[in-house]
Amino acid sequence: MTSFWVYFAAQPLFWIVLTIAVFMFSRWLNRKLGGLSLLHPVLISMALLIALLLLTGTAYETYFEGAQFIHFLLGPATVALAVPLFDYFDRIRRMWLPILVATLSGALVAVVSATGIAWLLGGETRTILTLAPKSVTSPIAIGIVEKIGGYPSMAAGLVLMTGMLGCVMAPWVFRLMRIDNDMARGFALGLSAHGIGTAYALGVSSMAGAFAGLAMAVTGLVTAFLVPLLVSLAGL
Amino acid sequence: MLSGVLILLGCQLAGELIVVALGMPVPGPVMGMLLLVAGLLVLRLKVPDALRRVSENLLGHLALLFVPAGVGLMSHFELLAREWLVLIVTLILSTAITMAVTGWVLSRLMRRMIGEEEK
Repeated sequence: MTSFWVYFAAQPLFWIVLTIAVFMFSRWLNRKLGGLSLLHPVLISMALLIALLLLTGTAYETYFEGAQFIHFLLGPATVALAVPLFDYFDRIRRMWLPILVATLSGALVAVVSATGIAWLLGGETRTILTLAPKSVTSPIAIGIVEKIGGYPSMAAGLVLMTGMLGCVMAPWVFRLMRIDNDMARGFALGLSAHGIGTAYALGVSSMAGAFAGLAMAVTGLVTAFLVPLLVSLAGL
Repeated sequence: MLSGVLILLGCQLAGELIVVALGMPVPGPVMGMLLLVAGLLVLRLKVPDALRRVSENLLGHLALLFVPAGVGLMSHFELLAREWLVLIVTLILSTAITMAVTGWVLSRLMRRMIGEEEK
């Protein structure tokens, strides 16, 4: 039995199958519980898979040898956002000035609030630096954190948690601020919660998804230039 | 179907090459996305059916694609145990503030613009 397990646990295929099965179960569970955004399928999947890896004493590296094939698809999926962007290009072009203003103010608020709050709470300097690009899609965030001297491998986790928290809080934030059009909702989701927010926005409507994808792309660009600048101004 | 896959991967590859060649801080796939939009706009194409089908399939399962990276959080239990309170409070407050400000600014500016167009 044990050698049987050892054999299959070493197969990349095993971890691919497991990841997809756990995700499908999480999605089913989430629906069963009334679609609570607090129990986001990604969050349930992470918890279940981490528990499983710890219980079986499996290293993350072993798991990732299989799971990397799913992870790889993030690249082409990002490129695929070009399709909804193209579909709604006319509307985006007409709105270019509001979009520009919203991007600059949103990206600035994201960085300043994250570092400011962590500093007020007495976080370590490296933790504060790691938090700076948390609203940006993980490949960009990791690059930024490497540049300014935080913990790059931790950045990916914080970015993911930001994305999930964003989806959890979105309905409340939109109701409280009376943000009722899909373009603004999608854009706010993409800017503050990157790809996970974009996945959520695509579920709202394809127009919300297009604006979320746009927000994610421009925020990534702006933040990549903004964070190193702010860090040098703050003298860290 | 296959041509859609080729277009997506081709744009990603081109994006990666450009980013590395110019030493830009942007990830390759984001550059690839910009290239694909630009290409479709310049060539004044309709989105080819194969590309649309592949893209909608991928984007329909976007959330799943984040799971492998998310599980990586297990490698950081030590730092999490030390600074969990700072991290969680910062993430919650900062994300809510960012989302509220962005959505508020954009919906306000858009409403004004639509109002002006109607005048």
